[in-house]
Amino acid sequence: MDWSFFTEVLVGGLLSGVMYSLVAIGFVLIYKTSGVLNFAQGALLLFAALTFVSLTERGLPFWAGIALTLAAMTAIGALIERTVLRPLVNQPPITLFMATLGVSYVIEGAAQLLWGTQVHGLDLGIDDLPLEIGGVLISTFDLFAAAVAGAMVAGLTLFFRYTRIGLGFRAVADDPLAALAVGLSLDRIWTAVWTASGVVALVAGLLWGARLGVQFSLSLVVLKALPVLVLGGFDSIAGAIVGGLIVGAVEKLAEVYAGPLVGGGIEGWIAYVAALGFLLIRPAGLFGAKPVERV
Amino acid sequence: MSRPLTLALSAKAALVGALLAGASFLPTAAHADEQYFPLQSYRVGPYAAGGTGFFGGFIDYLNLINTRDGGVNGVKLTWDECETQYEVERGVECYKRQKSKTGVAAWNPLSVGIAYAMIDDIARDKVPLITVNHGRTDSTDGRVFKHVFPLLLNPYSESSGIVNYIAAREGGLDKLKGKKIAVLYHGSPYGKETIPIYQLLAEKYGFTAEQIEVPHPGNEQQSQWLSIRRSKPDYVVLRGWGVMNPVALKTAQKVGFPADRIIGNVWSNSEEDVIPAGDAAKGYTAITTQASGADYPVLQEIVKTVYGAGKGNLDDKKRVGSVYHNLGIVNGILNVEAVRIAQEKFGKRTLTGDEVRWGFEHLRLDPKRVEALGAKGLFHSINVTVANHEGEGRVTFQQWDGAKWKVVSDWIAPDWALLRPIIEKSSLAYAAQHGITVRDSAAEDATN
Amino acid sequence: MTDLALDKPVPPNAAEPNRTAPAARRGTVRPSPTALGVGLLLAVAFGLLPLVGSEYLFDAILTPFLALALAGLGLNILTGYAGQVSLGSAAFMAVGAYAAFNLSLRLPGLPFVVDILLAGLVAAAVGLVFGLPSLRLRGFYLAVSTLAAQFFVQWVFNKVGWFSNNSPSGIVTVPPLSVAGLALDGSVGRYLFALSVVSVVTLVVWRLVDSPTGRALAALRDHETAARVIGLPVLRLKLLAFAVSSFIIGVAGVLWAFAYLRTVEPAGFNLDRSFQILFIVIIGGLASLRGAFLGAALIVVFPLALARLGETLLGGLFDSGVLEMSQRIVLGLLIIAFLIAEPAGLSALLDRLWRRVAGRLAALCSALCSRFASNRSA
Repeated sequence: MDWSFFTEVLVGGLLSGVMYSLVAIGFVLIYKTSGVLNFAQGALLLFAALTFVSLTERGLPFWAGIALTLAAMTAIGALIERTVLRPLVNQPPITLFMATLGVSYVIEGAAQLLWGTQVHGLDLGIDDLPLEIGGVLISTFDLFAAAVAGAMVAGLTLFFRYTRIGLGFRAVADDPLAALAVGLSLDRIWTAVWTASGVVALVAGLLWGARLGVQFSLSLVVLKALPVLVLGGFDSIAGAIVGGLIVGAVEKLAEVYAGPLVGGGIEGWIAYVAALGFLLIRPAGLFGAKPVERV
Repeated sequence: MSRPLTLALSAKAALVGALLAGASFLPTAAHADEQYFPLQSYRVGPYAAGGTGFFGGFIDYLNLINTRDGGVNGVKLTWDECETQYEVERGVECYKRQKSKTGVAAWNPLSVGIAYAMIDDIARDKVPLITVNHGRTDSTDGRVFKHVFPLLLNPYSESSGIVNYIAAREGGLDKLKGKKIAVLYHGSPYGKETIPIYQLLAEKYGFTAEQIEVPHPGNEQQSQWLSIRRSKPDYVVLRGWGVMNPVALKTAQKVGFPADRIIGNVWSNSEEDVIPAGDAAKGYTAITTQASGADYPVLQEIVKTVYGAGKGNLDDKKRVGSVYHNLGIVNGILNVEAVRIAQEKFGKRTLTGDEVRWGFEHLRLDPKRVEALGAKGLFHSINVTVANHEGEGRVTFQQWDGAKWKVVSDWIAPDWALLRPIIEKSSLAYAAQHGITVRDSAAEDATN
Repeated sequence: MTDLALDKPVPPNAAEPNRTAPAARRGTVRPSPTALGVGLLLAVAFGLLPLVGSEYLFDAILTPFLALALAGLGLNILTGYAGQVSLGSAAFMAVGAYAAFNLSLRLPGLPFVVDILLAGLVAAAVGLVFGLPSLRLRGFYLAVSTLAAQFFVQWVFNKVGWFSNNSPSGIVTVPPLSVAGLALDGSVGRYLFALSVVSVVTLVVWRLVDSPTGRALAALRDHETAARVIGLPVLRLKLLAFAVSSFIIGVAGVLWAFAYLRTVEPAGFNLDRSFQILFIVIIGGLASLRGAFLGAALIVVFPLALARLGETLLGGLFDSGVLEMSQRIVLGLLIIAFLIAEPAGLSALLDRLWRRVAGRLAALCSALCSRFASNRSA
């Protein structure tokens, strides 16, 4: 067995996994506090990337573009929370899920209506040249993306640990009734969470946009995040990260080593099957302190 | 709504208003003959970029014929659009709705799935179905598929053309021996279609074909490209679609595979495929049946006559002369010329679908005629017969220099003779299954 | 904001605990008005429409409507009646479609009706396999797990050429439809065929949900632990729900391929189709037979109507791209608005309207009657 090749595939897989985690974290934030599987996360990602690219293509400087897009994303996040989810409180999760699908139609349509259906390139100024470390090829861009993801997770952790809103978020996630009993405002926390997921969508949108080009297909990256969520748990940021790493590694190793045996192209479903197999053995998922029966 | 958009919309509204006002003053040409092109276009969804370019080019050319020539021999061309989003059901709905209008000339869905779903119906309704550069390969056999025309190129001849081009770069077909070519294909029926052909060509010319699937939609290709890096092929053929193409180019750069050794197929050859890849696409080469650029006389006339009058279909004028736009224009030329040829036989009036079908079956545009149409260099020639509905289209190769495509080869002819038996095997099987009588092409060609 | 247990989302339907069990529906208790309505509907569908309908009506609206309604009905058994969420319905449609294609191709002697049954059984078998995770997972975990079916099945049909008879392009044209020597390849013939199949299956499902098994499924949905306590074979019931649901969805796939599109390709059964079927069930109304039909009607007709309307009103002003994008927005907004306004679905909406109309009529009648009576006494 060619170990340096194996390492290369493994490292590549882990780094791709970080990209999946980025998307998955957006889901987790929402799910943890409001129990919604927010399918519109992909559309949000597309909207963020498309808005940023279109703004910079119209001559706006990089940071101004980021700031404006950020403002737009926070506004959208808060708007969705106010107009869609609040009226639907107490509905079964599946109804909420369907509602977020409706939201994703609206956002996709609006994004393309505003900025057109053109395909854009997005250059974050990171040259993606192959970098060899000890005979193992590593992508500079993926390293950069991993660093950004790490910074973002650190930021989120600090936010949840040391700010009032963040503490409130954790309280709501732990026990909403108790949180309300001590006088926390759920509305404010929900709005904050939706805003945060808008920020996550922006970061993920820019990184994925630089990888894929900014176009409609960007919203399809959610499909990569779903097995991560199953594996890591819908409600754990740590789970999303570890789950992402595992999914990335399993996917790449399986494609390279098992793929040729069955004709290749198995990446599309192997992650789901792996996550499923794992759950059958350990239904609580990776970080499952929760009761066995996940609902 | 953004300011530029609002402006564009109000400008468009003003224009439409002006047109309507103008139209009402025109003398009513007593029931002028019209020929109608139903367009099952797609301007939204994942493939919108291709759809807007292609249908934009097609409409621009029809517009040119109407404005400059007053139609084809006085027969005005009309069209309307029905959005399919590249979805089969929507395409079918469009077909059922648009077919009720009179004077349907030909259908041009630019989608294999929709084309397949229409095959039964168009045979019954006797209207030609044009699948330029794509479609089912065996419909090249016009003896079985009387109304289907995969004009210019089918997937098999495309593969052969690509291999011939690689051979030319290596210095001859005999130089292919011992070479290794990886084919990276989209995980869909479309992507898989050429697997047996590359195998056949590999056996014939003695190269190894390593065929690797990229699962739909193709936004992750790390493992495929690491495998490529390990097996070190001489060339990679990219048989992609949509987002898969820029990601392939970016990932190739990531693993250090040179872009100028990647050869794209006909659905990996547009600006939309390379621009998102940025610098990683520099040097990438792709096959095409129609050169890009706006320097050809016919494009100049479109810019002058159609866009000059503010009637251009593309919102972004920079896309005039892009690959999909030019494909639309070439498709327009082929459709209009088929109508013209059919008119010579049946009279200068609104033709029936079957009469236009006859026109397509006699669509012979040699390089001289192509030049007269102002399309010299845009595409080479076409020679459709009853037996050959593809028409021996030639291909050329373009290289992306970071800003535009540059033609880097002559017009190359695929190895049609090698492919014909495979095509006939498939088409005859279809005929048997569906109880179709195979037409006697020699007799039909002779009588007409 | 009454229920704060948002961290532990309630299982589907638990939010509507007072939903009547299907057996207790007015329709089954007092069969005459419902039976009359259904009879009338069938008479129109079988007798009148084929005489007056156009090819467009059949091929673009009614036949896809029937196929999707049947798929919705199948998913409703799983999601509405048994409370298990699936995002992989399109995969089972694909299994049915490909199974029927291969049966008719490889065993040409078999009558097509047998093909359909066998295709349904194949889909049911596949459904059983992918239903296994339901024994241990629930809610979104189960839903996302069913995506494994969605992607795996699509991959298999794409990969293994045998399923599409080694067609070079992987898209197959199905043989013309004929039943008992009767060619049904015209629009009307295919429509009538689909209508017959849907009618028969709906009848069977109607009997099923009204049976002890149907009630057991509802018990499973409403409270799994309770169902276990009263001694219901929970695991077997879950698998049964997956099998029956997949059977029906598989038959819907056969209709989709043979009666509607007449071609089969893996891409036609993608995730969007699965979502579409889920939309039908949710918008139509969970645990309601009518719901599947109402939902399908909305999903098929509404976008078309919206497109026509947009084209007629604004077609001259905007190009079709802008129109189409706006329609997407409008469709999304309407879905949201609808979910907010009537989370229990079209079926409940219709019930409410009907009650209101019936109430008005009754009031009007009693008023008239009493006046009549007082007139008489005067």
